[in-house]
Amino acid sequence: MDCNQVLVSKVKKVIVVFTLLIAFLSIKIDTFAQADSAVVPVDSAVAKTAEEVSGEHAAVAHGKEKFEPTKVIMEHIADSHMWHLWGHTSLPLPVILYTNGGLEVFSSAHFHHGEEDYQGKYNKYRLEEDHVKVVGADGKIDEEASVLDFSITKNVAAMFVAIFVILIVFISVAGAYKRRVGKSPKGLQSFIEPIIIFVRDDIAKPNIGHKYAKFMPYLLTTFFFILFNNIFGLIPIFPGGANVTGNIALTFVMALGTMIIVNINGNKYYWKHIFKPDVPFWLYPIMIPVELIGIISKPFALMIRLFANITAGHIIVLSLISLIFIFETLAIAPVSVAFVLFMDVLELLVAFLQAFIFTLLTALFIGMAVEEHH
Amino acid sequence: MDLVTPSIGLVFWTSLAFICLLILLRKFAWKPILGAIHEREQSIDEALNKAELAKQEMARLTSQNQDLMQQARAERDEILKEAKTLKDGILNEAKKQAQVEGAKLIEKAKIEIENQKKAALAEVKDQVSTLSLEIAERVLRTQLDDKTKQEALVANLLKDVELN
Repeated sequence: MDCNQVLVSKVKKVIVVFTLLIAFLSIKIDTFAQADSAVVPVDSAVAKTAEEVSGEHAAVAHGKEKFEPTKVIMEHIADSHMWHLWGHTSLPLPVILYTNGGLEVFSSAHFHHGEEDYQGKYNKYRLEEDHVKVVGADGKIDEEASVLDFSITKNVAAMFVAIFVILIVFISVAGAYKRRVGKSPKGLQSFIEPIIIFVRDDIAKPNIGHKYAKFMPYLLTTFFFILFNNIFGLIPIFPGGANVTGNIALTFVMALGTMIIVNINGNKYYWKHIFKPDVPFWLYPIMIPVELIGIISKPFALMIRLFANITAGHIIVLSLISLIFIFETLAIAPVSVAFVLFMDVLELLVAFLQAFIFTLLTALFIGMAVEEHH
Repeated sequence: MDLVTPSIGLVFWTSLAFICLLILLRKFAWKPILGAIHEREQSIDEALNKAELAKQEMARLTSQNQDLMQQARAERDEILKEAKTLKDGILNEAKKQAQVEGAKLIEKAKIEIENQKKAALAEVKDQVSTLSLEIAERVLRTQLDDKTKQEALVANLLKDVELN
């Protein structure tokens, strides 16, 4: 009975998807026809919108600018020294540079979206493809000059926002626990508590065993840090929208954290497994390097998994939105929006799923490292 | 390639921020939250255990009550039975006594009646003999008024004697 219902709903879903696909294809043909016959008002309106979007970094649009989806998407996926708010408005973020001369701090507004150079204390700087470069005396970029960019970029700022929200949420929840000792959870507390208990009972306990309590703070922090950043990434307007967890640097740090935690907590059995595995000794030249690679490859997989999942989600959503501007018609908008809605819901699942998987695998690796053999 | 090259700035800020977050949350959030959850779970467990114990105690009390009731009932039955046997005994004895008494009375009455009867008979006999004697006397007096008759009588008597 139940199976039947599931099947029916699946069939319905498939029908909906195919209907949308057919609609999408038919509109595509339509669009080209429209483009040929050049319906002026719609065309110009769309072009204007397209300019606004493609003009994220505001190469000021003179007349009709060609919409480049790859550029727009890559600009979004990558980090930036400005936080684009709407239209031509961007929030300038502080640029912090460590140069051979010393520390240099100034606002990214001085670059005027990369159109102007900025004369700092020690060097002249230019923003090229969102990278701060030193400009030599000849007016050309000096590739030799070493400059370390510690700027508060869009991703850093978005991460700070997420951290701020996490702190507020969890400290208030902790306050609720102090106020309502021994009582049932209420409000935000009752929303957070099942997740905490889920992390404890379904991630930490089964994978780590009785020593789980020591790793709970790390696991919980990892889980909620990734989850909140994932969710903030899905919000298209200001405090959200940054591709924080889809940035390799962040996932690198998270994976590095896991690697450090796993290896400093590894017991003698863990190290024996690596340096004295239960194989004939002549296999050691193969096994030991393999095990050593394993130390790196496990967190490496974590890093790539999170990065790829979140980035892919952002790319798909943006591609679907870009369809409107590629076809330069509003007629495609309902289809795009429908697909984006679908993708956003999927991404919401992915946001939870990736936080869960990262934490689960971290717990698993810790469990493997602290496991006692009998 | 830009996409998969971690930038030093973001690595630095992420590490710093994550470590700060870890320390802050560990101190201000996870410790109180996990502690409170643990404590509450324990108190719930304890409460459940206590409830279980109370239930067992209740069951024990109920069964005890039932036992007491049964015992009381049995006792009552016994008392009733005893009372009944006692009553029966008393009744029987009373009956028997009454019978014996009655029999005795009847016997006495019989003896009395017999005695009375005997006395009455004796009296009757006495009176009969007295009356007979008187009658005999009178008869004799009347008969012996003349000489001849006296002689005849004597003769008669003599005859009788002779015959004997």
